Amino acid sequence: MTATTPHPSAPEPKAPFIRIEAVSKTFGDFVAVDNVSIGIEKGELFALLGGSGCGKTTLLRMLAGFDAPTSGKIFIDGQDMAGVPPYDRPVNMMFQSYALFPHMTVEKNVGYGLKHDQMSDAERQDRVRQMLDLVQLTPLAGRKPHQLSGGQRQRVALARALAKQPKVLLLDEPLGALDKKLREHTQFEIANIQYKTGITFVVVTHDQEEAMTLACRIAVMDKGIVRQIGTATEVYEYPNSTMVAGFIGSINMFEGEVAQCTEESTIISVPKLGMAVAAKADRRMQPGMKITVAVRPEKIAISREKPEGAANALAGQVQDLGYFGKDSLYRVKLPTDTLLSVNSVNARRGGENERVAQWEDKVWLSFDPSSAILLTE
Amino acid sequence: MASDVTPVSGLSGWFNRTGWRSLLIATPYVWLFAFFFVPFIIVVAMSLAITAGQSPPFAFLDSWPYIRFDNFARLSGDDLFVRAFLTSIYNAAIATVLCLLLGYPMALCLTRVNPAWRSVLLMLVILPFWTSFLLRVYAWIGLMGTHSWFNKGLTAAINAVIPADWAFASIQMTNTNFAVVLVMVYSYLPFMILPLYANLEKLDFTLNEAALDLGSRPWDVFRDITLPLSVPGIIAGGLLVFIPASGELIIPSLVGNASDPMIGRVINDQFSAARDWPMASAVAVALLFMLVFPMMAYTHFEAKAQARGKAGQ
Repeated sequence: MTATTPHPSAPEPKAPFIRIEAVSKTFGDFVAVDNVSIGIEKGELFALLGGSGCGKTTLLRMLAGFDAPTSGKIFIDGQDMAGVPPYDRPVNMMFQSYALFPHMTVEKNVGYGLKHDQMSDAERQDRVRQMLDLVQLTPLAGRKPHQLSGGQRQRVALARALAKQPKVLLLDEPLGALDKKLREHTQFEIANIQYKTGITFVVVTHDQEEAMTLACRIAVMDKGIVRQIGTATEVYEYPNSTMVAGFIGSINMFEGEVAQCTEESTIISVPKLGMAVAAKADRRMQPGMKITVAVRPEKIAISREKPEGAANALAGQVQDLGYFGKDSLYRVKLPTDTLLSVNSVNARRGGENERVAQWEDKVWLSFDPSSAILLTE
Repeated sequence: MASDVTPVSGLSGWFNRTGWRSLLIATPYVWLFAFFFVPFIIVVAMSLAITAGQSPPFAFLDSWPYIRFDNFARLSGDDLFVRAFLTSIYNAAIATVLCLLLGYPMALCLTRVNPAWRSVLLMLVILPFWTSFLLRVYAWIGLMGTHSWFNKGLTAAINAVIPADWAFASIQMTNTNFAVVLVMVYSYLPFMILPLYANLEKLDFTLNEAALDLGSRPWDVFRDITLPLSVPGIIAGGLLVFIPASGELIIPSLVGNASDPMIGRVINDQFSAARDWPMASAVAVALLFMLVFPMMAYTHFEAKAQARGKAGQ
């Protein structure tokens, strides 16, 4: 993993609050989770990110106690969770389907987990009211789940899971069932509630945007294996593998061979680009190594004139153009027939007429040596 | 016409025009009218007639009002009929409760086993229907007889736990209400299991996990989540057992106590032995009304539940 400065909101390193140690889970021949070790700090908002079938939900279910690891150990707040049933764990879960009890009112749903807690009726009512306040559902306390909208149900589920004041809150695709506008609003709300309550949140998601806005740190999972753990910046700007680079955001990736290593830079010959790419100096690199060079589309500048003094400049022709409002995506064809994706912000108003280039236009592309990501695996 | 252009709407257009659609919709109503409503009216009419030495053995009064309500008056006054009604309801209620207590765990188990086992077990629930009902009741007569292994085994088991000087040689099972309830439970159990299974199978297991997650132990989860959500299944199964059980004729006739008959047997005796068709009809009408009210309550409950479901979408 590439070492970088820690995310400002990441807590001080100490003994992790949740320790997942060499945990594997197999279903018959299928390895759902393969030797995963993760440490999650107290009060952290941690995301497990991956495509479907990557093992993230299985890992979450093992934290909740619904599934037992085939091998390995899970500790929460220093306590070994082996053999501890879900109802005895200091953990609550917000289900992807919300799993609200259809025969109970919002109030009863939120208060359900408090039934078995040692507290007076007044305290219990107080807590329910507090939770409903937190998610702004007090006026709907008497409604049944089917009388609520999707966003309201999501908030009931969140309030219900928080009511017991668990040490850890597990969220399975918390925004999955909401429409785009509501998602944006809700993800900040969740981060806000996490900040207010100080509870450790573990979020499972397949949506990288959701993971990046919500989480302090992200574990990128693929085929049961954790590929990289890091802050949003780390996994986006400094991916450690082609898998992570390709999964998070869009990227241009080309195979190349290291041609020259100096104190200042690394030169990689990339046949598909028809040029040698200049990148920053990298101690891992040796001349002759086969590596992958990756560049994010927004890191590439597009212009009509040849840029002065650019280390990496390429000529090409716009083949495709997508207008997204705030930015445009250009697909530029190089003389080598390679297509390169380039994102450019539409800083000036006026749409087509103010765009840098049109279909079929000859353009120049350039990127800084520091923008080239060198991947060895 | 546009509907003639495309083949599908053309077909449905033809279907509407030629009256096939009306015929299709009318079929169940015609069926119900001819084979339920008309016979029912005949039975109601008969219950208001008097017996007569002719065929069929009833006649209406010669003069106004042509009908009389004496049969219904006799029904409520005669101890035999009242007791038969009470015995029927008592036996049917006990059989229903026992079917529920036996059938609920079985239905729940069916939803929890893996799919391969599930189809085998469902098959086993339905399998008894492949043998004649009468044959199965006769088999029970054999089983309950004082010389059967079943009776001997049960006797030995009970003798083993009770004090030695209370010991008895065999249990009198045939010709008792106990036998009626036992055979009814056996016969109607699938009618409890199947609707319960259909209901429980649809329940979202995530709800159980959510309740577990919120600190409820498995028994609490069952009481708080599964049981309340399976009430429609319990009602459906309960009615499917209670209604036929309360009018049951064959089981009490074959294994029941003749001096304490159920209402089905009374109707049968009035029709055949006593040849008092008007009285038999009056009993049948009274029974029907007693059973129709719980049925209507259920329909009302279902309609409300469905309206609630719709409001949720």
